[in-house]
Amino acid sequence: MLLWSWSVLADPNTQWILIGCMLLGLMSGIIGSFAYLRKQSLVGDTLAHAALPGICIAFMLTGVKSLPLFFLGALVAGLLATFSISVITRYSRIKADAAMGIVLSVFFGIGIVLLTQIQHSSYGNQSGLDKFLFGQAASMIQSDVYTMIGVSAVIILACSFLFKEFKLLSFDPGFARGLGFPIGLLEQMLMFFTVIAVVVGIQAVGVVLVAALLITPAVSARYWTDRLGLMVSLSGIFGAISGVIGTLISTTTSNLPTGPLSVLAATTVFVFSVLFAPRRGVCAKVIRRIRTNRTIREEERSRMSERGTRLRKEASL
Amino acid sequence: MTDFWIIATGALVAISCGILGCFLVLRKMSLIGDAISHSVLPGIVIAFMISGSRDSLAMLLGASVVGLITVFLIQIFQQSGVQADASIGVVFTALFAVGVVLVSLNARQVDLDLDCVLFGEIAYVHWNTIDVLGIDYIPKAVWILGFTVAVIFVVIGLFYKQFKICAFDPAMALACGIPVALFHYLLMGLVSMTTVASFESVGAILVVGMLIVPAATAYLLTERLSVMIVYSVLIGITCAVLGYYSAAWLDASIAGMMVTVAGALFVLAFIFSPSHGMLARLIKQRKLAVLHSQVS
Amino acid sequence: MKQTRHASPLTVTGLTVAYQKKPVLRNLTFDVPEGKLIGIIGPNGAGKSTMIKAILGLLPKVSGEVQIYGKPYAEMRKLIGYVPQRESVDWDFPTNALDVVMMGRYGHLGWFKRPGANEREIALDCLNKVGMADYAHRQISQLSGGQQQRVFLARALAQNADLYFMDEPFVGVDAMTEKAIISLLNELKAQGKTVLVVHHDLATVKEYFDWVMLLNVELIANGPTELVFTKSLLHETYGGKLAVFDQEDGATLVGAR
Repeated sequence: MLLWSWSVLADPNTQWILIGCMLLGLMSGIIGSFAYLRKQSLVGDTLAHAALPGICIAFMLTGVKSLPLFFLGALVAGLLATFSISVITRYSRIKADAAMGIVLSVFFGIGIVLLTQIQHSSYGNQSGLDKFLFGQAASMIQSDVYTMIGVSAVIILACSFLFKEFKLLSFDPGFARGLGFPIGLLEQMLMFFTVIAVVVGIQAVGVVLVAALLITPAVSARYWTDRLGLMVSLSGIFGAISGVIGTLISTTTSNLPTGPLSVLAATTVFVFSVLFAPRRGVCAKVIRRIRTNRTIREEERSRMSERGTRLRKEASL
Repeated sequence: MTDFWIIATGALVAISCGILGCFLVLRKMSLIGDAISHSVLPGIVIAFMISGSRDSLAMLLGASVVGLITVFLIQIFQQSGVQADASIGVVFTALFAVGVVLVSLNARQVDLDLDCVLFGEIAYVHWNTIDVLGIDYIPKAVWILGFTVAVIFVVIGLFYKQFKICAFDPAMALACGIPVALFHYLLMGLVSMTTVASFESVGAILVVGMLIVPAATAYLLTERLSVMIVYSVLIGITCAVLGYYSAAWLDASIAGMMVTVAGALFVLAFIFSPSHGMLARLIKQRKLAVLHSQVS
Repeated sequence: MKQTRHASPLTVTGLTVAYQKKPVLRNLTFDVPEGKLIGIIGPNGAGKSTMIKAILGLLPKVSGEVQIYGKPYAEMRKLIGYVPQRESVDWDFPTNALDVVMMGRYGHLGWFKRPGANEREIALDCLNKVGMADYAHRQISQLSGGQQQRVFLARALAQNADLYFMDEPFVGVDAMTEKAIISLLNELKAQGKTVLVVHHDLATVKEYFDWVMLLNVELIANGPTELVFTKSLLHETYGGKLAVFDQEDGATLVGAR
């Protein structure tokens, strides 16, 4: 089995896919941990759905299927979507959750209308556009991976250079503004990185599951540490591991798509973290709770005598 | 006749989603509706594998159970300290992934098209009729959705006051002895059931749209819950009708067009609603400003 | 409704509540007399609201027992009225004041009965008592803070309870509403009902309440205001965070934090 999987890995195509999925997991994990701390976990989901009409329009306008153009389309659509959400919540009594639901489904609905338009018309080279919906890591080729290497290098570098700024932004944006940081610009940058991670992710795992790459590793990492730097790195590592495991399983067994397997790998890490993480994990908590309850009850017993005197004092009042 | 059945299917989806959506929006659980609509996929596949057919009652049951499990898991993670958004995201993507893997594992036996799961095949509902009580021209989807709508009418009709108070003030409901958790899961069960019933005909994404968008639009138009529900249903039906004809005109996806129309109606209400619209607010602010300047 | 009651309206035995590691309420044991206005006083984080919620079963307890008129809480639910903090609900909910007050009757209606003309009449009557009859059909988001609080109070009246729990009813209300609320509370007292109020304005304690519970994680004291609301016990409750100026008629409190 092991030998066989090594022989599969010797195939250069598989190697590219493996590297691609690993990088994807890495950068989504890093970006996702900032999104999680800013309580915007589902922004990735919204952006993924909103990207569809952007990508379709980019394709319809140019008639070519090129990654940079799709980035642009997705970015514009993503900006529009986040702008719509903030307008809806600011100018009406609709709450954030419903606003997200509205924007997500309506953008996606429009995207599907455009997609059917593309399929029904004579755009010719339309094959592959619908792959965006479920993703197809297996179709990743060398040039895609080169793009991803570049993109993830940019993201990792930016996040390490701007670590302090992003940290402040996630923790206390008001304070950061007071210190004179260009909060708007930083927010837009994080948003831009998220869109990039989402567009790359859509290709590999599809619209629905791309959210998982951003959320799940970040939540898992949060369980293990209270330090942001460590959390971001852990989240990136968890993401990368999930990508690698997903690819390995999908190449060694026939007929299983990479994306869902990566997501399931990430989920496994998550469940493990929830159960066994020190301090925050369920097991640790249960043990602590039992202990606390016991000590509280014991304290009570020892306090009984003291309380007795108080009761007497009260009765005398 | 084709037109009629497609619109009827859409309208039935609109009715069931419109009613439930109001409670989801008011309880700030819109995204849980979204999560359920995705995570019922493994339920559908498993029910399909067990029953060996697209026998819809088994699917309705199996997927509703998975829907409830989704809600339960989200709650558990939330209680153990994960942010609400994140726990929704983790749970629904994981279950959806399980669903996709199950489909791929059983690709030969399971005749489930993933595209159809996401977008539905409302254009073909009339092809799939079923013989019930000797009536053989009514599509299966219409039967199932009709059944769902009937269940929703009965449950919400009987327990309207409980659903209302649970949505407005759950703490007080609990203090009054109303089993809040029971009604919570009852509502979630109904949402799951609606999702599954609508799945084959309109797809997961449209269900989300029809759950949230008409209800949110109605929320901008009235001050009474009962009226909000009626408006939500009417708006939903309008979306079904307009969506169908505009899709026919543009030669595009019917499901996509229905949600697009819903979005357009929402934008109209958002801007022009007499009570909560943006224009009305601006005018009110302007008047206040004028008043203030006159006073000072 | 009146049964033979020899037991106290509320008896709490050994109530302990903990969040995570820390107990927020430690081993409270007390009972309260019938027909009194009872102020629950203590610093921020003393567990005042937590205590009410735990008594009502809205929060899990580590240990402890609650009895209402000598019987378990679940049996006596209908005798209890609850006024939560105003911010605990979404005032954008599409409904009007009358409807909110009618919700107070839901507990009495049972599973299937719908509110009808009778409930409507009760609700209107209760709105009238809090001086809000003119606002019966006003959408709740258009009410001011004080008016919202009055609607909540009317809803509690509609519950027609014998024992009321009110969580900070005076927060964010205008002076007029505060007066209206307090005269209403006195009316309830005159009818022999028992009202527990979470309160944190020390300046008005003597004026409003005839019974006081001092709480800071533990129960410091529980008794008639003139005996319990004293400088030394307040110091014990608030620690050093208290500024007291002595005047001829006991302690007048200036500020607490």
